[in-house]
Amino acid sequence: MATPNVPLWEVFIRSRNGLAHKHVGSLHAADSTLALQAARDIYTRRGEGLSIWVVPSNAITASDPTEKGMMFEPAESKIYRHPTFYDVPDEVGHM
Amino acid sequence: MYTQALNSSDGDDRGVEDVVRANQFQARIDADERIEPNDWMPAAYRKTLTRQISQHAHSEIVGMLPEGNWITRAPSLRRKAALLAKVQDECGHGLYLYAAAETLGTSREELVDGMLSGKAKYSSIFNYPTLTWADIGTIGWLVDGAAIMNQIPLCRCSYGPYARAMIRVCKEESFHQRQGFEIMVTLCRGTAEQKAMAQNALDRWWWPVLMMFGPPDQVSRHSDTSTKWKIKRFSNDELRQKFIDATVPQAEFLGLTIPDPGMKQNENGNWEHSPIDWDEFKQVLAGNGPCNRDRLAARRKAHEEGAWVREAAMAYAEKRKSRQLAQAAE
Repeated sequence: MATPNVPLWEVFIRSRNGLAHKHVGSLHAADSTLALQAARDIYTRRGEGLSIWVVPSNAITASDPTEKGMMFEPAESKIYRHPTFYDVPDEVGHM
Repeated sequence: MYTQALNSSDGDDRGVEDVVRANQFQARIDADERIEPNDWMPAAYRKTLTRQISQHAHSEIVGMLPEGNWITRAPSLRRKAALLAKVQDECGHGLYLYAAAETLGTSREELVDGMLSGKAKYSSIFNYPTLTWADIGTIGWLVDGAAIMNQIPLCRCSYGPYARAMIRVCKEESFHQRQGFEIMVTLCRGTAEQKAMAQNALDRWWWPVLMMFGPPDQVSRHSDTSTKWKIKRFSNDELRQKFIDATVPQAEFLGLTIPDPGMKQNENGNWEHSPIDWDEFKQVLAGNGPCNRDRLAARRKAHEEGAWVREAAMAYAEKRKSRQLAQAAE
């Protein structure tokens, strides 16, 4: 009773104009047309979106969670990248 | 939408591959961190979750059958549209859950085949028949009500994809329960015959619904591991009690009698129920409920009859892909 494998797609939805597309989940579909239709049925039954992207899951390159230290730690020590690092005299007011 | 007693985990992690990593993993769980698909996890955690999430998904899909039975016979267009939307939601819930289960490394096809072959379980509640329209009201009110009790704590489950799927599901579930209760209110305010139909449905569904929360805590062997892993946040008996306490005043409002003459309120205000017939539960799980064979046969038929559609879609996708490649090469 083995069933053939159908490709996996990741679904991104823009909920309102002005907002970015956000990942909402995944689904299986034979091609991009069917993937879009399935995404509409599965993820926007209550008006959740104005625009849908579907991306083949195997087209995504992801960072390795076990290497997150190497990836992200260098940013943590660079507090001079934040505005609060700098002193502005009170008399100057809001800047 | 429905989960039940799916919280028994596959043993403990004594034989775990790597003690250091297992300890790190447990520390993350204890710190209320979410576990994501590519993170390291003990094999037993993966196995327990794959089983629980896929059984939950199967329950959604099989759960479409008893209600689908009444779509063409709904008493009004309003009821029909609502029931159709509810059954579509159950399908959607099944699909969110399959997608979450797949992130643990088992393919959709394997999961579905496990259900079709009868190897994988689904919630016992769907092996009971929907004999009258009042059953549709009762399922929304009680079965979905019980499912919500079970699912709200799962929104905080330690496994990220499962928790996210549950958040979506819970948002949609409230409509299901309210549409069911509205059907019950309408029947109970109707003719004597309609009210009797509502009472009859409650009489048949009450005990199977209580069984949805799974075996009593003393015999639920594996709960400890699931609790330690924060897959499970409340025990079966705790959830069952919460459900009963919430439901008794609703039944009173409807003017219906819960079919448990021995039920009484204790000094804490909790309603204590009479013993549950766990033999019936075991029989239904073992495949001997009133509708087990029908349900599986219906799923297999749908799967087989849809095979040509899946094959045609794949063949068309292949053809288009090779045509595009040929054009690109020109």
